Amino acid sequence: MAEKFKRPDGRKPEETRKIEAKVGIIPRADGSASFSFGKSKAIAAVYGPRQLIPRHLENPEKGVLRCNYTMLSFSVSERMRPGPSRRSQEISHEIAKALEPAVLLDQFPNTVIDVFIQIIEADASTRCAAVNAASMALANAGIPMKELIGSVSGGKLGKTIIVDLTKDEEDYKIKEEKAATDVATAFLGRSGKLSLLHMDGDLNTKELKEALELSKKTCLNIVEIQKKALKKVKEK
Amino acid sequence: MTKEKTDKKRTIVVPGEVIASGKEFLPGDGTRREGKDIIALKFGLLEKSDKLVKVIPLSGAYIPRTGNTVIGQVTDLTFNGWFIDVGAPHLGFLPVAECAGYINKKDLAEHYAIGDTLVCKVRATRTKSVELTMKDQTCKKLNGGFLMSVNPTRVPRVIGRAGSMVSTIKNETGCSIIVGQNGMIWIKGRDIQSEMLARDAITLIVEKPFIDGLTDQVKDFLNKRKNG
Repeated sequence: MAEKFKRPDGRKPEETRKIEAKVGIIPRADGSASFSFGKSKAIAAVYGPRQLIPRHLENPEKGVLRCNYTMLSFSVSERMRPGPSRRSQEISHEIAKALEPAVLLDQFPNTVIDVFIQIIEADASTRCAAVNAASMALANAGIPMKELIGSVSGGKLGKTIIVDLTKDEEDYKIKEEKAATDVATAFLGRSGKLSLLHMDGDLNTKELKEALELSKKTCLNIVEIQKKALKKVKEK
Repeated sequence: MTKEKTDKKRTIVVPGEVIASGKEFLPGDGTRREGKDIIALKFGLLEKSDKLVKVIPLSGAYIPRTGNTVIGQVTDLTFNGWFIDVGAPHLGFLPVAECAGYINKKDLAEHYAIGDTLVCKVRATRTKSVELTMKDQTCKKLNGGFLMSVNPTRVPRVIGRAGSMVSTIKNETGCSIIVGQNGMIWIKGRDIQSEMLARDAITLIVEKPFIDGLTDQVKDFLNKRKNG
């Protein structure tokens, strides 16, 4: 296995798909952005800080960051039932927890910052694209943040550690047995701290460490792409 | 950074970016000190004046500050005052005691009804509300004209240095214009054409936050439109 290894789409193990990032795509939102890894495309809109309804959820010590992740019905090849599902609710919470350490919520007590993320095309790693889009949209909304957040899925295919898995790679099988592991990760852009980790499959300690290291490197590169996209606003 | 010094153009910074390094710099609005470095907390334009470093945000919702003059609309009334939407995260409250002159408490709607537009001042900001007052010369109920809203971060540009921009528009179009710190702008002119002209001029300002010498551009724009 250690000899020549090729990924289905011919990428190198440490290579991501083509990344596209745009800021300010939704004029009515306070901040918005889109981010895509190849065929996985997320758009994020940020509203607020604004009044939190229902009011009993208000926190007088710090603001609430509320995320809403949805996969649109046409985002996958077989039509998906629209509306919240168990999966989308879990991912929404996961994304909120991934973003929270970077956002200075204590400046907005008793309010909410709403982040709506929609996946318009899905080809695995959607939650990572969602975190990246949300990070840029929050910055675009003028919300004070300590740093930007970069996210990418790492993992293992056969015996090789890779980043940014596609759906084909996630479903990769050797002799009818699942042979792929994916680890969605998010890292804070300046301090390099880990803020999201979600593993499907199995990895031993050494492999996990290796995967995290590679993901961290990639995430910091993605943060640079986010910065570039944000700074592009000037040219308009 | 070197480019910024040579041609004096302001640079855009993003959250987490190190904008100055060294103990001699002081962190201003939108920045924070982390060890030796000063980092930006907001997405905006970097401004360095001597040793003070600050970030002027390019976007964001209105956060009320004491003393701001704002324009808002009455959304509800209670037995002792009015609730006013000023575009902040929480509703503003204007108590009867903060209005000048005599008010018949039995019929508050006679004074200000739901939907009325008011210019008022922020007296204090509470955790769940914004306290407003009408006890100021600038405060009044607005009759006629129309309201437009711009992003609150663009308000300093619309007003200009010592009010130069807004007075240019006022003189050229003959409209009376009131700019609230919350981004609400009230325009009233002799006819609809002059009001539209003022509106378009303000839209032009709002869309160009990076250009220096915008007052001259606005003058050109207004002259061109007026002459055909």
